[in-house]
Amino acid sequence: MERYRRWAGYALRYAVLLLLGGIVVFPIYMTVVNSLLPSTTIIAWPPELFPFDPQWDNFKKALDEVPLARYMLNSLVMSAVIVIGQLVTSALAAYAFAYLRFPGRTLLFVLFLSTLMVPWEVSVVPNFQTIQRLGWLDSYQALTVPFLATALGTFLLRQHFLTIPQELRDAAAIDGYGHIRFLVFVVLPLSRAVLAALAVFGFLQAWNQYLWPLLVTNEDSMRTVQIGLASLRGRDVDTFNITMAATVISALPMLIMLVLFQRQLVRGLTAGALKG
Amino acid sequence: MDAANATADQRLPLMAAARRLPQRLRGINRLGFALIFLVPSLVIFSAFVFYPLFKAVYLGFYETDPFGNQGDFVGLDQYRSVLTSESFRHSLWVTFLFALYTVPPGILLGLALALLANQKLPGISVFRVMFSSTVATSVAVASLMWLTLLNPSVGLLNYFLVEIGQPRIDWLNNLDWALPAVSATTVWLNLGLAFIVILAGLQAIPEELYESARVEGAGSLSVFWHVTLPMLSPTLFFVSVVGTILAFQSFGQIHILTRGGPLDATTVIVYSIWQDAFQRFDYGVASVQAVGLFLLVLGLTAVQLRFLERRVFYQ
Repeated sequence: MERYRRWAGYALRYAVLLLLGGIVVFPIYMTVVNSLLPSTTIIAWPPELFPFDPQWDNFKKALDEVPLARYMLNSLVMSAVIVIGQLVTSALAAYAFAYLRFPGRTLLFVLFLSTLMVPWEVSVVPNFQTIQRLGWLDSYQALTVPFLATALGTFLLRQHFLTIPQELRDAAAIDGYGHIRFLVFVVLPLSRAVLAALAVFGFLQAWNQYLWPLLVTNEDSMRTVQIGLASLRGRDVDTFNITMAATVISALPMLIMLVLFQRQLVRGLTAGALKG
Repeated sequence: MDAANATADQRLPLMAAARRLPQRLRGINRLGFALIFLVPSLVIFSAFVFYPLFKAVYLGFYETDPFGNQGDFVGLDQYRSVLTSESFRHSLWVTFLFALYTVPPGILLGLALALLANQKLPGISVFRVMFSSTVATSVAVASLMWLTLLNPSVGLLNYFLVEIGQPRIDWLNNLDWALPAVSATTVWLNLGLAFIVILAGLQAIPEELYESARVEGAGSLSVFWHVTLPMLSPTLFFVSVVGTILAFQSFGQIHILTRGGPLDATTVIVYSIWQDAFQRFDYGVASVQAVGLFLLVLGLTAVQLRFLERRVFYQ
């Protein structure tokens, strides 16, 4: 009897988990299904819930009809440049805040943190004018330069640098290491986990950007994947399968990255939450 | 004697200053050296955070001519007229509703999923992946997915409605349903993030706390109320602050799903800024709203910090 009840409890738990998991994943499942349907059944009633006759050709059509490869390349270049730039600038700044003594250190640190209080949307109009005046519209500079520094990254790296024992600095100084060599050969290798978390988090943020790329790019050759994808919103119902195929293709890189770097992502996302 | 003392006293601060001079110079030197490390970030922040913030305030003082050029100085008049206008109040109200429809449901769902996924069961990691799967979708991907689900003629939501004998709804063009539909998309989009952060918070709670609570004979509801919830409150606080600020900055899903319509029913504040600045080229009016948004987010963070500080349990 006891055993029976335990099994029933297990079954119930799994049933609840499966039901909720199914609901969460359902929009993704339907997107994949729709991306594989022929255009005749995409408009059928009742809607098809399983691709009995999968049209793998849809993905090829999506790549032919929409310059998806170019969009994804643009997003990749943009995100990579932003991540590398952010790691360099924030490691340098965090080093100064953690290891150097100088007048105005607290003030400058507060100044850095105050940038977190300004939502990007507030400064979007003047920033657009700046980019326009620089003649940077439709360029990688416009997509990347404004995001090459990060206060959050600087803060998290500084917090980590402070946990590295001072004795290491002293020992390195005896070995004749200057600040830059100490940073590059001692501090950074000891901070790989934090740097990885920052990189994954920064990449996700850059890849998902919407408002800014929408404003500063017009030509197909410079559009990011988010904006290119959004431009498919007005297509006819009977080509939804192609639209959904394009959606699947553009979601793939992020999916792969998250599977590979799950741990780093969780670290990056929760960094602010757990150390309140 | 008095006179000699006086001159010595007068000379003292001067000598002290002279003695401090090398120290000062060393300080400036040190600052100069530190700046080498700080300048890359400072340049970016100055050009793209601080300058535009002041520029936005400044632009608010000027009218904009129909060609998008800066017009006459009108001082605070433009702030007064825009901030008290019907349309600004409307977009503020829509933004508030949007936050209400997205933040509390998002946290409750994320908490429920995290509690379920925190059980020790074989194969639980499969469900964790399922629950966190929406972090892999961007705002554009999620919006296109839901655009298909919400489609009035072939969308599955209407299929289910018809199946249970209800009339079809044109979700995104319906005055009452457009905002809830956009909100549902947003809750789904952010669910993975909320789930991941809350689950990490749950896992950070020391096992001993649960054990001692059980030793004292606490039931599972009592354990949740007296152990889990207080220990989790910093995480929930973080999720609610970040969630609210995200809601106030939302733009992409509205731009893709509804274009602010029908009849401005989904025109949140950022969408309104975008429309004024980049459809009507009225930079002045857009800047006033941007400054309003800035103050709002600032105030919101401060109020939330104050309000929650007292209830949140910190270790």
